[in-house]
Amino acid sequence: MQKTYYDPADLKKFGKISEWNEELGSKFFDYYNSVFKEGALSEREKSLIALAVSHTIQCPYCIDAYTGDSLKRGITKEEMMEALHVASAIRGGATLVHGVQMMNKVNKLDG
Amino acid sequence: MATKSLQKLGSDLAQSNKQLKILSNGIFKNGELPTFKDKISETNQFPLKAKKLEILQINVGYMCNQVCDHCHVDAGPDRKEIMTRDTMKQCLEVIKKSGAHTLDLTGGAPEMNPDFRWFVEEAAKVGIKDFIVRSNLTIIRANKKYYDLPEFFKKHNVHVVSSMPHWTKGKTDKQRGDGVFDKSIKALQELNAIGYGMPGSNLKLDLVYNPSGAFLPGDQAAMQKDFKKALMDDFGIEFHNLFAITNLPIARFLDYLIASENYEDYMYSLVEAYNPAAVSNVMCTNTLSISWDGYLFDCDFNQMLELPVNSKSRHISDFNEELLEGRDIVISQHCYGCTAGAGSSCQGNVT
Repeated sequence: MQKTYYDPADLKKFGKISEWNEELGSKFFDYYNSVFKEGALSEREKSLIALAVSHTIQCPYCIDAYTGDSLKRGITKEEMMEALHVASAIRGGATLVHGVQMMNKVNKLDG
Repeated sequence: MATKSLQKLGSDLAQSNKQLKILSNGIFKNGELPTFKDKISETNQFPLKAKKLEILQINVGYMCNQVCDHCHVDAGPDRKEIMTRDTMKQCLEVIKKSGAHTLDLTGGAPEMNPDFRWFVEEAAKVGIKDFIVRSNLTIIRANKKYYDLPEFFKKHNVHVVSSMPHWTKGKTDKQRGDGVFDKSIKALQELNAIGYGMPGSNLKLDLVYNPSGAFLPGDQAAMQKDFKKALMDDFGIEFHNLFAITNLPIARFLDYLIASENYEDYMYSLVEAYNPAAVSNVMCTNTLSISWDGYLFDCDFNQMLELPVNSKSRHISDFNEELLEGRDIVISQHCYGCTAGAGSSCQGNVT
């Protein structure tokens, strides 16, 4: 019996999602592939955004996929780590900015 | 960082039969992944046949001033296999009578062969259309006797193709050795200074990118753009084209894949990226690789795996272009390296 929820080998099976719903699966992958094509942003920039978001949503599949994708594109580990700090700053900032709500509440109740 | 060849270290992987065994066992034997033969058979591309000869690639010896981690030749200062002048003379006869439009000298560091300059001078006289020397760049700065190589290349209108795994020092030195990046930059600047790689210049300077680890190269055009921008912004360096080459799982790269427990995942990624369109253009279909001792191979990789051409003409002494044309290419699972994504060859992408 599998002892963990995540298996790195499952990432390779992502495409099989469509087997249980061909229409929506295909639409999703079409959309996904279009999103990552070069547009106003380069594929390289999109890969770094994806890497940062992967960490924010803490998806191990995505982290594996976009770390590998970054390496393929010649993105350096310094660039990768900076992208992560952007994600981390936003995530930390999102916690902290709610402190204003806390302060408002304290000031109202006990000001 | 490697300092000695696998051969010098007495590693099992210095033996080609051991490498071939690894490439045929495990995930390929138990059916987890299809063999290359099965894969190309799916699209009726087996047997892979040689077409008209266009490129003669001559390996003038395995000696090199560098010991790069990924080297498929297992080259290094300790390798003694060097092409003699007699064999070079036989090669010149082949160059003269063959219909190939491109001559491609490789190694090791070809410049370390004591008869390298003589060979270049003689070969240049034949008037072949594209005369390539694969120079690792650092050789130009390795010793005073090599300082004039850029001028020598220019004199003979040699097309210089050089390895450059990344535009940053850290990634380059990790793969190719401490100090390689700085020396390569200096050598590129010297080549630029005499006209190599400049826009519109006939003195061709191309770079070869191959990944520094267990991953496939990204899009060649995008990589070229990034390389050009970074090398120009940081060092004022110009070059013509970037060839993105996939590391093939043989010799030192195979050793690295196994030691770092990346072998199976890497083979999976090669098989997943398999592109049947690349198969029809793989370099073995228009190239012949000649070893330091004059034997003929479908490619430099097969040379290192000691898989000779499947033809009665097996040595330059009995070179016969008619016999060689249409021969069945000798394949194994390392061939997946040339058919992944946009395909890979010594000239970069093949699709």
